[in-house]
Amino acid sequence: MSKATPSPTNSGAATAARPVPRRKVSKFGGLGPGIVVGGLVPMAVMLWDAQTGALGANPVQRLQLQTGVLSLVLLILSLAATPLRLVTGWTWPARVRKALGLLAFLYATLHVLVYLVDKGILNGSFGIATVVDDVLKRPFITVGFAAWLLLIPLALTSFKDSVKKLGFARWTTLHKLVYFVVALGVVHYWWGVKKDHTEPLIYGLVAAMLLALRVIFKDFRSKKKAGGAGKTATP
Amino acid sequence: MTKLPPEQTPKSAESEKTPNPRREFLRSAGLFTGTVAALGGGLELLSRKPGAEAQALPDLIGQAKRPLGPYDTKDAVTPYEQATTYNNFYEFGTDKADPARMAASLKTRPWTVKLDGEVKKAQTVDIDTLQSWFPLEDRIYRMRCVEGWSMVMPWLGFPLAGLIRRMDPTGKAKYVQFTSLLDTKQFPGQRSSVLTWPYVEALRIDEALNPLAFMAVGLNGRALPGQNGAPLRLVVPWKYGFKSIKSVVRITLTEKQPKTTWSIAAPDEYGFYANVNPKVDHPRWSQATERRIGELGRRPTLPFNGYADQVASLYSGLDLKKNF
Repeated sequence: MSKATPSPTNSGAATAARPVPRRKVSKFGGLGPGIVVGGLVPMAVMLWDAQTGALGANPVQRLQLQTGVLSLVLLILSLAATPLRLVTGWTWPARVRKALGLLAFLYATLHVLVYLVDKGILNGSFGIATVVDDVLKRPFITVGFAAWLLLIPLALTSFKDSVKKLGFARWTTLHKLVYFVVALGVVHYWWGVKKDHTEPLIYGLVAAMLLALRVIFKDFRSKKKAGGAGKTATP
Repeated sequence: MTKLPPEQTPKSAESEKTPNPRREFLRSAGLFTGTVAALGGGLELLSRKPGAEAQALPDLIGQAKRPLGPYDTKDAVTPYEQATTYNNFYEFGTDKADPARMAASLKTRPWTVKLDGEVKKAQTVDIDTLQSWFPLEDRIYRMRCVEGWSMVMPWLGFPLAGLIRRMDPTGKAKYVQFTSLLDTKQFPGQRSSVLTWPYVEALRIDEALNPLAFMAVGLNGRALPGQNGAPLRLVVPWKYGFKSIKSVVRITLTEKQPKTTWSIAAPDEYGFYANVNPKVDHPRWSQATERRIGELGRRPTLPFNGYADQVASLYSGLDLKKNF
């Protein structure tokens, strides 16, 4: 179990007055593993459902829908970290953001694999041409496939040393792709639904709200800075 | 009484200096458990939609094996459990398992059917009387849903042609319009405006007179379950499933082509004809293949769902890409 030790530059006024403990104990021990295990619960339940027949008469389609929704929900949860910090000042959401993003990628990958099963990869009727044709011809598939492709570089650069290797600025720019991915995900879900658009609409609104909060708070802070001393304090 | 600030109380000071491993472990374990429950539970609530359980209905004419008729397919019949728990019937809800779960709210007796429009004499008839007009027969038909899945259904009922003739059409009758029950108490899904209610479907009269067009009152030799369209439904096996309207309360012969529910909802996606056609894709998916329920892979879709010999002549001279 790794416990995050605060860097010396990070010590705020509140902690400065307190006596320095011998062993700094993280307030958030258990949170990270909890996110990972909690995020894997649906996978275990899906396996259980497959065994008991609870996936219904068309299990491939059921898994397709479920992995897709899971991926989108986890992606939106990962996007909630920054606005939540901006609004509340909490730091714990940022600690679990990476795990949420990687779980979203895991379910997106399962979603693609189920799509390939649907196209017959297991029973031999699979043809790569059918898939290429599908991806190129149908905007609904194109958008979903693009979203998954764009998640790959983000997943690949989520290792501990990735930020250092890429440089903070480049890493941040790259990971801003996630805003685009979530928009593609919502559009993909919207197009995939035959008639009742309630759920894609809700996810779309939540995602839009989370993105709007960033803009509003960024705007708010820059105005505050501009109205203050004039020069920015951050190096 | 003045209270000491928390950092000056001995207990707090002690816990800051020498963390209690037991308390720490308990806290971590608590946080872990809470997080797993909150995230895992939340994700399950948002994404999991378990299937419904099948319920058998009383026998209508017994389960004895009967010889195949001229229109029957030899394809393996879809198990009753799957045919009755995987249904599109938006009157009960948009999830495939909703109809089986909600069907108990549908009361199929008493039930009357109004027969009107371009007929010599309009009438309203009780379902049991209507059923007694015709000898019931089996029809094992393939059913292809526009969504790309298919089943093999052992219907029990009577040919639509007999009913149309019995209605005694006038010379103006060119279309047959069917209307489903409108009742938000029995059909909770009708409280949502996902479609325009009541559900309306229609056929050209020559399509309705084709021997394949069928009115079902049973399934697998048993009474038709609510989720499958009890007590009376249309079955047109060469068209996508949504044409086969369920829980019919009115049949009207018309001179003009009626507006049908799905073609109102999305005219670019669901046409009036809705003939099964592997060459005309749905805008969002290919119709070239289908998944037979119970199978893992896909199989090629046949023109007119394999009934081209019986029905293709109905559409000679009609561009089926335009009239989809």
